[in-house]
Formats: sequence, structure tokens, C-alpha cells
Amino acid sequence: MGSWSAIAGGESHRFDGLATLLAAASPRRSGDELAGIAAGSDARRVAARLALADLPLAAFLSEAVVPYEADEVTRLILDTHDARAFAPLSGLTVGAFRDWLLSHEADGPALAAVSPGVTPEMAAAVSKLMRNQDLIAVARKRRVVSAFRCTLGLEGRLATRLQPNHPADDPRGIAASTLDGLLNGSGDAVIGVNPATDSLPTALTLLEMLDGLRARYDIPTQTCVLTHVTNAIALMARGAPVDLVFQSVAGTEGANRGFGVDLATLREARDAALSLNRAGPSGEVMYFETGQGSALSAEAHHGVDQQTLEARAQGVCRAFRPLLVNTVVGFIGPEYLYDGKQIIRAGLEDHFCGKLLGLPMGADVCYTNHAEADGDDMDGLMTLLGVAGVHFLICVPGADDIMLNYQSLSFHDVLALRALLGLRPAPEFEAWLARMGIAGADGAIRPPPLASSRLLQLAQEAGGG
Amino acid sequence: MAETPRAAAPDPWARLRGATRARIGLGQAGDALPLREVLALQMAHALARDAVHAPLDTAALAEALRPHPVLQARSAAPDRGTYLRRPDLGRRLHPGAALPAGACDVAFVLADGLSATAVQRHAPALFHACLARLPGWRIGPAVIATQARVALGDAVGERLGARLVAVLIGERPGLSVPDSLGVYLTFEPRPGRRDSERNCLSNIHAQGGLSPELAAAKLAWLMREALNRKLTGTGLKDDADPAGLDGPAGG
Repeated sequence: MGSWSAIAGGESHRFDGLATLLAAASPRRSGDELAGIAAGSDARRVAARLALADLPLAAFLSEAVVPYEADEVTRLILDTHDARAFAPLSGLTVGAFRDWLLSHEADGPALAAVSPGVTPEMAAAVSKLMRNQDLIAVARKRRVVSAFRCTLGLEGRLATRLQPNHPADDPRGIAASTLDGLLNGSGDAVIGVNPATDSLPTALTLLEMLDGLRARYDIPTQTCVLTHVTNAIALMARGAPVDLVFQSVAGTEGANRGFGVDLATLREARDAALSLNRAGPSGEVMYFETGQGSALSAEAHHGVDQQTLEARAQGVCRAFRPLLVNTVVGFIGPEYLYDGKQIIRAGLEDHFCGKLLGLPMGADVCYTNHAEADGDDMDGLMTLLGVAGVHFLICVPGADDIMLNYQSLSFHDVLALRALLGLRPAPEFEAWLARMGIAGADGAIRPPPLASSRLLQLAQEAGGG
Repeated sequence: MAETPRAAAPDPWARLRGATRARIGLGQAGDALPLREVLALQMAHALARDAVHAPLDTAALAEALRPHPVLQARSAAPDRGTYLRRPDLGRRLHPGAALPAGACDVAFVLADGLSATAVQRHAPALFHACLARLPGWRIGPAVIATQARVALGDAVGERLGARLVAVLIGERPGLSVPDSLGVYLTFEPRPGRRDSERNCLSNIHAQGGLSPELAAAKLAWLMREALNRKLTGTGLKDDADPAGLDGPAGG
């Protein structure tokens, strides 16, 4: 185990082991304090960054923060590391890597070329030396394109997940919220509903309802019922119309076990989804969510800080070629991210690390009622992520998720952001919006009155009109 | 969509709202939400935050539990800010807790959790209704606990020599319901019990949730079964009634 030290304010600070060094270098957050691994003072935090800046990137290939023998996520990361892609970086320290990422030579193609050589721990480490401005600037350079029925991640585009949750999984209520989202130009990344229960028949009902709606209106998008991966496997075996397999994943084998998954199950699910031949030629059929704090919550964090573990969760995602990945950044609660400042920082870190690793990285810009955060903080994070080129954002009717009891973005928020930054939906979806009279010839989205909308029939099927 | 008046035409959103409480068909101010909707959301958030931060009125709660004897306890979290950051402290008893050793079949812990409002409003009714269904049971003193998480009940129950502990606790407030109460029942409570060793009743409130009376009936049923079968948790849930005793863990 390595040991490093640095002087801060005349005092020498020593850090034994990479995990200790990374945790101490992390921006302050409640989850690392709860785990007892955060720097005890601001000076020690900066001392850790000084030491981290001089650390060779290659150190992450010789010392694992979670033991190789004990953890299949570590084995996945090290066994699939691309040494050739890493070669140009192999002589750099973490600090020099930060400078290179910001350099003009490190353009989109250059960043894409090194992605397979960057491990999650390297991404996490360098992010700890970057200000929010740096996280935005580098992420913006790295476009990741993924495609199913529409093409996501193109320059100048911002997609959305339409999240039409209902506390009783009422298909009519879910259809009503879906209609509202479509009229507001949402839903190109996915129309994805979190079911309130673990029931297979309910999931099947919702899948068939959403897929039927998509097919009837010829909407170039994907649908998903975000049920457990083992449920998705069972549903596919029954012939259910599964576009995307969803799963929450974490950065250690133990935390994933807490979610009831392992890498073999994810592989099985992906193979099953591919065999349905619903996806495009790129075979992107997976949708993952991650969130800082999940490993601590599962008591499987191995003394590693929550942001490094989050990057490792993204390493899991990368192995399965996802269509969509998002952080649920403000959802996990104030014991992990206490306030708006911590949520905003973590959102930018997660987005940056995901992009650096090559993921189609989106975000659920959100907060719970016991966090010190509100809609103003979300306006900030949403705008910063929009500038940073986020793949997609989650949105719900009126910012109020009535099933999960937290606040995400509203359809309106994304409308405003798209207008503000000149960001447009996925091109196939945009063309559909124009056909439906929701977007004008100039691409501007102008939600039509429902009564005169071509989607009124959908409302009548949902029990209205 | 400009909100052009359409006097005679029925609003198709009105019927859709019958299918969901979601905030649909809100209209527009430019790209943004109309002001009335912005303020409505702010009000709901304010009520939820006030519920998180409001202190429990322990004297009023003790009065509402009369004539049952009441004890007071608090967790190791000294204030609300610490409580929110440090769930581990909210699960530990403050070292000065005065809880006499004894023996009882069940002890009730009334805990503020994330909504003191919920406990204040719904716990007394649930408590009295439950006692009425447990004739002949040895009931321990009711313990009012502040800055408390669910697992604080393990330490309280152990100290009181309770075979079962029922923790009545305020759930994390949502925008539509800031005063939802949850109940967690644990057999042979002691620190270290896992969440899978508890049974939960959630969503006890007056806005379409479980009523305190119905919750008391379910809780009394669970208590009798727990003592008969000497367990709580997933092993007990399997035979629970189809109304469903599952629920989100609140703390």
C-alpha cells in the first residue's frame, strides 16, 4: 500500500493507501463524513489534493482501492483495461492529466481515443483536482452518441426521459402524464416509468400500454418499465415488449448484491434483450441508474469515498454498452449530499466522469424534502449540465414525482432550458414533434392546447376528453 | 400555450386529472410554468420542509396518550441538522436515557422521525385503537423519542425488556402528504436488528392513506402473529393479508 504526504499550513499530512488519499481529496460531503473517511479539515483536504496531483496515473493499475480477489467490479475494471489506449497517458501524473484534459489538443476525438484506457478510479481522482468550471469544460468536449429508435447525444441536442410515475401504477394516470410530457416535447431518451410495486403482471400491463401507445402514434422513442433486472428477464421470457433493460448499479460487488444483481445477471439480461431484435444495429439495450452513497447505504463501501465508488459504478455500466445512464444525484438524501452545493458538485462530477469513461451520461436533477435544497438549486444544476452537454435529463409533470415523493425537473424546466441554450430534441423525435404540430418549422416547441391536439385521442383512451 | 378562454369547450385535462394527482396540463407562461403553479409547488415544498424541521411537542403528545404512562427519550443526535446528516446517531440512545428495566409484551415508541407533524396528528389515535385490541397484554410505558430513527426502538425495547417493540414514526414528507406515519414492528428488539427483521405499515394519514383505525387492526394482527411465531420480518410478511403490509422504509 502506498503512502503519501504533503505540507499544509506548516503541518505535514500523511495518507496511507489510495483510498485514504482519494477520500481526503474529495470536496466535502455528508456521506464521506458519515463514513468517517472525509478530511478532518479544509487544510488536510487541500494537502491531499497536492499529494494526489503528484501521483502517477499508473498507480491505479497497481493498487486497487477495493481488493481484486474480493470484488468482481475491481476484476472487471482491471481485466478490461485497454493498455494501448492508456499508453499516451501512462507517463502523466493525476495533476498533469487534469491539465491535458483542459488543453486544446484534448478535443472530442482525442478524449474518445483515451476513454478505454481510463479507469473509473483515474476519472474520480482527476475530478477531485477540477473545479466545477473544469468539469463542465471537459465534459462539453466529449459527445457520446447512442441510438435506438432515435439518435441521442448529437451536438446541439438535449434529450429527456419522460417519467410518468403513478403511486398505484394506474395505466390511465400514467398515460395522462405521458400525454402531458409529449405535448411539452419530452420523451426522446425514453418514456420510462418506475412501477410502485414489484409485481410482474403490473409491469407487463404497463409495458404493453406504453409500447402500444408508442407504436400507435409511431413515436421514434423507447419505452421502459424500470423494474428489477430479474423481472425484466422473466418478462422477456413471456414475450413482453421490452425495449430497454433497466437496473440500478453500484461500485462494489457487495453493494450490487444489495441491489440483488451481479455482472452475470446483467450479461444474461442484455443477451435476452438483444435476442428480441428491437434495438438498432449498435445493440444499445441497457439503461442504468447510479447514485453517490449507494455503497455506504449497503454497508459495502470498503472505506472508499462515495464519488470514487460512483465512478466504479459507471465502470460497471460501461461494460454493458448502455443506451442511457443517469445519476440520481439528489435522490439518495442529505446523509450523502447535504445541500444544494453538494448536490450540484456531485452532479457535475458524475456527468464528467461518465463522459470521460465514454458513457451516454444523463442526470436526474432532483432533491428530496429533507435536503437543504430547492428549485433554485435545480435551476442552477440543470443549466450547468445543459452547458456541459448532458446526454439527457429526467422530467416529470410539474417537477413533482407523486410516486417516489421527490422533486425532479418539470417538462417546463427543460422547455425553458432548450430555448435558453438553443438545444433541440433528438432529430427523429423532433421531426415527429413537427408532424404532431408540437414543434414549429424552426424547431421551437410550442405545446398546443390539448383539445385541438392530434394527441387528443390518446387522452380519450386514457379516460379524458 | 396561451391560456385563451374557451368558454363553452370542456377542458379535456379535467377528466384526465381524475386518473392521477400528477401536476398535468398546467399551462405556460412563455416556456415556464404559470405563476400560480410555481407558488403552489413552493407552498407544498414549504409544508413538507416545515414538517421535517418542526419540533415534536412532547408535552402535548404525552397528554394525548393519557392515561397510559409515558417516558421521554432522545437519540445521540443533538439537533436536527446533525440528525439529518448522521442517521447512525439517530439510531443510538442518548447516554443519559432513563428507561427502567422491566418486562412487557410490547413497548410503543413514538418517534419524530422525518415528520413530527405525522406523529403529533396520527400516533395517539393509532396507539389507543391498538391498545383496545390487545386486552390482557402487558403494555410497557409509551416512550416519546426525539431525533429518532426506526432502529432507536431496538435499544429502547431492549432496555424495557419488551418482547416486541412498535415504533410509530413520521415518514419522509412528500409534496402531497407532509404528515404520513409509519409503524415498524420488531420481535425481541436489540441493537443490530436488520430492516429485514421488521414488519412495516406505511402511508398512515388522512388524505387517502391508511386510517389509524385500520392500521391498528393490522398492527394488532401482526403483534399476535409475531408472538405466536416468535419472529417479525420477511418470515411473517409471507402470510400477511392481501391488503399488503409492505411499504417503503422511512428512516
